[in-house]
Amino acid sequence: MIGRLQPLTLGANRASRMLAPDSRVRALSWLALFALAFFVVPLVGNDYLFSAVLIPFLVLSLAGLGLNILTGYTGQLSLGSAAFMAVGAFATYNFQLRVPGLPLLVSITLGGVCASLMGVLFGLPSLRIKGFYLIVSTLAAQFFVEWALTKFSWFSHGSSSGVITAPRLQVLGWDFGSPTGRYLLTLAIVGVLTGIAANLVRSKTGRNWMAVRDREVAARVIGIPILRTKMQAFAVSSFYCGVAGALWAFAYLGTVEPHGFDLDRSFQILFIVIIGGLGSLPGAFLGAAFIVLVPILLDNLAATFLVGIVEPGHLENLQKILFGSLIVFFLIKEPEGIARWVQCARQRISLWPLEH
Amino acid sequence: MQFFVEVLVGGLLAGLMYSLVALGFVLIYKASGVFNFAQGSLVLFAALAFVTILEHGAPFWLAFLATLGLGLGLAIAIERVALRPLVNRPPMTLFMATLGLSFVIEGLAQTLFGAQVHGLDLGIEDVPMNVLGVSLSKLDLFAAGTAGALVWVLAILFNRTRVGLSLRAVADDPLAALAIGVDLRRVWTVVWAVSGVVGLVAGLLWGARLGVQFSLSLIVLKALPVLIIGGLESIPGTIVGGLIIGATEKLAEVYLGPAVGGGIENWFPYLLALAFLLAKPNGLFGEAAVERA
Repeated sequence: MIGRLQPLTLGANRASRMLAPDSRVRALSWLALFALAFFVVPLVGNDYLFSAVLIPFLVLSLAGLGLNILTGYTGQLSLGSAAFMAVGAFATYNFQLRVPGLPLLVSITLGGVCASLMGVLFGLPSLRIKGFYLIVSTLAAQFFVEWALTKFSWFSHGSSSGVITAPRLQVLGWDFGSPTGRYLLTLAIVGVLTGIAANLVRSKTGRNWMAVRDREVAARVIGIPILRTKMQAFAVSSFYCGVAGALWAFAYLGTVEPHGFDLDRSFQILFIVIIGGLGSLPGAFLGAAFIVLVPILLDNLAATFLVGIVEPGHLENLQKILFGSLIVFFLIKEPEGIARWVQCARQRISLWPLEH
Repeated sequence: MQFFVEVLVGGLLAGLMYSLVALGFVLIYKASGVFNFAQGSLVLFAALAFVTILEHGAPFWLAFLATLGLGLGLAIAIERVALRPLVNRPPMTLFMATLGLSFVIEGLAQTLFGAQVHGLDLGIEDVPMNVLGVSLSKLDLFAAGTAGALVWVLAILFNRTRVGLSLRAVADDPLAALAIGVDLRRVWTVVWAVSGVVGLVAGLLWGARLGVQFSLSLIVLKALPVLIIGGLESIPGTIVGGLIIGATEKLAEVYLGPAVGGGIENWFPYLLALAFLLAKPNGLFGEAAVERA
């Protein structure tokens, strides 16, 4: 369906790749960036930066990665990302609560697995239902999960409105409760999962996903197992969303209720993927950065220049208008998102000063 | 039994209200293959505009005409600014564009007309009265009548007029339609304008029922399963889908709801639509997609 969009790793610019640094250099520079974020940022950052900017950015990036695998790489539109996040968060909470002594990371992984099972369940109809008709399935997941988590207080340990509170964030006896700790924990998990995703999309599995996206009938003809490929995509995607949900609940917010994972959250994740770049892993990070930073920027701008002119309620509406217009703008002008801009810029730099 | 009939009739009538919203979707999808998520925000925009104009002291007919003008203008502007540059893009891109548009329109509507809840009185009572032992309100009957009339008018428009013929030609094969001289842009403008009008009608009726407020734009989520069951391309399908969803939703809430704690009408229509789709992947009246390798 999104046949026109090619991921960065595929032939789109084979010629430029021969000139650009090879993939090992690229991987090393990613590692360097990660090391910088891991060792240097904690020394220079402050609590506000971690709690309000970096942690939500990382978590939303992870959710964006998840949706990108499903929508950008496999071509299956999902409006239920927030539901899978919710499943991940509540499952992690329950594993921590009901299985004494279970390490946090194991709980988060199991939470992701629960989300992944949910994803496969609601992804099964994709075998028979194509195109827009499929959004019914993911929307069903969205509304059903939100309803079930609010209705049955068992999931939230008897809390009547379904509110859950973070367990102690402890890994191997180290306490990760401080803003810096939560940042490092999130960064480590997101880093590892990003590495796995980068490998996955270049593997046979990833190629199968893209083949199904580009033309399902042709994929079937060359012998790609459609059932397995689609279910893999749903499972992996929901796993990422589930882990992101757990981190959103425990590393970012601390307390969360089912309505924190409503349809608007799903749309937000979809916007991240569209703005960042469908079918691009760095795109998820760029999109998330955009979604997190623009509101902060707008608030600050309004606080400096528009004091007393624009009411807070209006500001929210203006933000809505801005995001909506940006979506339309990106779809018209740059369907491959910010990731494409970055790619062009990098190409320019690598060819400089002999551009032609 | 009496109770069952009452719930059933109530559900059927509520379902027709959903059909009103779903109609707007079908029109646009039929003619341009765009799944217009912004239809719900068009409904909200129309209702808010109407109420605001009415509250400024304009008579009913003037407010109606003004809103009609606004709705038409907005729909045509959307088509010009956002969708025309996206011609020939994959359907999913178009859908996401309308999702973005719905944010723009909602923000715009609330910036222009404020966010508080307005009452809307159409002069039709929404008080239950007893008809053959079943309690109905005049508004219910009026809405049902309007939905029926709209479908009838649209069916005539599509099947008996020259514009309708070109609409169907475009829906069938845009390239072939272009080749025989159908003005594609004019057709799309007409379709968006008509769906703007349908949105206005739906907005007024829903506004009279629920009060004009932000949640009006959420009825798009109610209309979706209706649309899916009826089939994305079928105008009569919206009525059938609406009746099915309305009736089963209310019956499920009344008879199944207590067993699981209630509040199931949010997701029940989706599960139902899913079940329908597994049997008929293109809806009851939808056109089967032809897949070519």
